[in-house]
Amino acid sequence: MLKIIDLHARVEGEEIEILKGINLEINKGEVHAIMGPNGSGKSTLAKVIAGHPAYEVTSGQVLFEGEDILEMDPDERARLGLFLAFQYPVEVPGVSNSMLIREAVNAVRKERGQEEFDPLEFEDFIIDKLKLVEMDEKFLDRSVNAGFSGGEKKRNEILQLAAMEPRLSLLDETDSGLDIDALRIVSEGINKLRSSENSFMLVTHYQRILNYIKPDKVHVLINGRIAKSGGSELALELEDQGYDWLVGDAHVNGEA
Amino acid sequence: MSRLTEAEAVETAASRKYKYGFTTKMEYEEFPRGLNEDIIREISRRKNEPEWMLEFRIKAFHHWLTMEEPDWPNVNYQKPNYDDIIYYSSPKEKPKKESLDEVDPEILATYEKLGIPLHEQKMLQNVAVDAVFDSVSVATTFKKKLAEAGVIFCSISEAIQEHPELVKKYIGSVIPTNDNFFAALNSAVFSDGSFCFVPKGVKCPMELSTYFRINNPDSGQFERTLIIAEEGAEVSYLEGCTAPMFDTNQLHAAVVELVALEDADIKYSTVQNWYPGDENGVGGIFNFVTKRGICKGDRAKISWTQVETGSAVTWKYPSVILKGDNSVGEFYSVALTNDYQQADTGTKMIHLGKNTRSTIISKGISAGKSQNSYRGLVKIGKKADGSRNYSVCDSMLIGSECGAHTFPFIESSNNTSSIEHEATTSKIGEDQIFYLQQRGLDEEQAISLIINGFCKEVFKELPLEFAVEATKLLSIKLEGSVG
Ligand SMILES: Nc1ncnc2c1ncn2[C@@H]1O[C@H](COP(=O)(O)OP(=O)(O)OP(=O)(O)O)[C@@H](O)[C@H]1O
Ligand SMILES: [Mg+2]
Repeated sequence: MLKIIDLHARVEGEEIEILKGINLEINKGEVHAIMGPNGSGKSTLAKVIAGHPAYEVTSGQVLFEGEDILEMDPDERARLGLFLAFQYPVEVPGVSNSMLIREAVNAVRKERGQEEFDPLEFEDFIIDKLKLVEMDEKFLDRSVNAGFSGGEKKRNEILQLAAMEPRLSLLDETDSGLDIDALRIVSEGINKLRSSENSFMLVTHYQRILNYIKPDKVHVLINGRIAKSGGSELALELEDQGYDWLVGDAHVNGEA
Repeated sequence: MSRLTEAEAVETAASRKYKYGFTTKMEYEEFPRGLNEDIIREISRRKNEPEWMLEFRIKAFHHWLTMEEPDWPNVNYQKPNYDDIIYYSSPKEKPKKESLDEVDPEILATYEKLGIPLHEQKMLQNVAVDAVFDSVSVATTFKKKLAEAGVIFCSISEAIQEHPELVKKYIGSVIPTNDNFFAALNSAVFSDGSFCFVPKGVKCPMELSTYFRINNPDSGQFERTLIIAEEGAEVSYLEGCTAPMFDTNQLHAAVVELVALEDADIKYSTVQNWYPGDENGVGGIFNFVTKRGICKGDRAKISWTQVETGSAVTWKYPSVILKGDNSVGEFYSVALTNDYQQADTGTKMIHLGKNTRSTIISKGISAGKSQNSYRGLVKIGKKADGSRNYSVCDSMLIGSECGAHTFPFIESSNNTSSIEHEATTSKIGEDQIFYLQQRGLDEEQAISLIINGFCKEVFKELPLEFAVEATKLLSIKLEGSVG
């Protein structure tokens, strides 16, 4: 599904690298968790995969279903089935949530050669998705994320994910800001969306969400490199011990 | 993906940017350049005008001679040489026609290219159109149907001939001939324009619409529009404008007067897309327009909606004088500037009657190296007890080389009234665009969605067809200006 080979990236026009040689492979049907201290490059990794123009890839490859996507515009990647649930979802005043989601869904449907939804068909379609994340219909008429609480914004990202039916979903700290019930609801929603055909990369600081969504692999990102990879037990270890014991390793790896 | 050659790409971009930039091959009647009393007499003679109309013009001309072109707007331009303008320009074929069959096919073809529903077959659209080509009104559609309702809708020249008492009563009653430099000039030389009269108690059965087109590079365009709604009458009027691309500047100095009597309701919408000049600021229309309405009677309402996207320089403040008690004035505006365009636009709300209300919603979008200013005046007179104004002035910047400015003036002489003003400035962000692109929308769709969201409160005031057109127009104008 996703294969990242020796990926280096920096902020466009700056010297310092944020990603310093990432290698990662996520197979069809797998869930991978990415953990790591603040500022280690987790969001940057997700945004570089999605094609954010603020970052420049200096070397390496990102293969999506075997195809190098680094030259593609963000919208082409999205239409291929790559979805990013943002750590900080963006507000778009005056644009209704249902309008955005309909355009988004129709963009991917068009790409897949499916008939586009008219507004009525879309309404039936989206009602089901709302149920999945237990969101109130009134959020459809509101402007995209404008005035949404932190948790509502996160839930709205998952609503969009459910509607767009991506093959690979990058979830950047979707759990941060969700209350205990919301976390359970959103996690259960994600579990229902899981299949042998799609994959997830979950960026998180907390073990809790991994109790609901069991990862196949856990990677620890420190200072722009993957310092350690393991099974789901690694997350428990980190919860206990923090990141200190890995910091040294990362440097040794990088300089070797 | 196929790649365009650079030349092709430039051509495509240019034509998308301003698709109305073609000229129509027409022969023009000769008319000398410059302005003096003889020229004015000649205009009036050719139009076979009554004596009072000529006097009106001559009086205005003498005012104009004593006036100075205003310097206070926040715009910079080379002032026109008023001696080098042709003040009257009409296609050679005599354009006064009974039916469309008689109109020069070249002109009809032009309007068709502009997408204007001139043909009677387009009846279903229920829009009556008056079309002003350079200076002369060439056709008014649906006259019959309107006449049955008692509505008069024709060119102002025709109105001067057929309904002189109405024109005489109202022309210059809202905007006096000495109001300002450009209004005085217009009053002296106006060539044509639209006239509309909706009698007492009549709801105009269809939207009325005028399309203005400047075709001759050396002529100025000076239209004059006069709309009167009697007691309880209602009318909605749309105005569209385009011009070909020339590397010289053309002057457009129009005057629009609206009169609303007791309980009358006038809605005036404009989509202005005059040629803005090229990306280096060469050429384009100078759009110096005076528009004002008066709510003469109690509970009258006047609403201006404008989408200003064209012109090299715009200077325009559609205003409302709220004279009747409980009368209502509204101003909804989207002004977009790109490249080297400059706009200084806004409104004046003059509250004179009791419990009068006004709303101002202004959305300015600046891109490229353009300058976009909102200038507004809310004035509450001594006797305007319990009056209210609410103003919102939002600016959006695209890129870092453009400017947005607001000049809101408030003068209140009545402490039982309230004035509320809100202003915001935002930047269309890379993050907003990235977010929408991540949802599968291409950059153009993303920008169009963001801009539409920003302008929503104004677009919802436009008749549906115009709203769709305005939406498209904005995204075409902004193409390639982000990122
Ligand atoms: N656009 C940018 N401009 C400047 N610095 C940036 C930019 N994006 C990221 N950085 C820097 O790169 C580093 C990695 O940031 P990133 O957001 O990827 O961290 P993170 O691992 O997601 O952290 P957190 O857990 O706090 O979300 C940080 O030091 C951040 O300040
Ligand atoms: Mg982050």
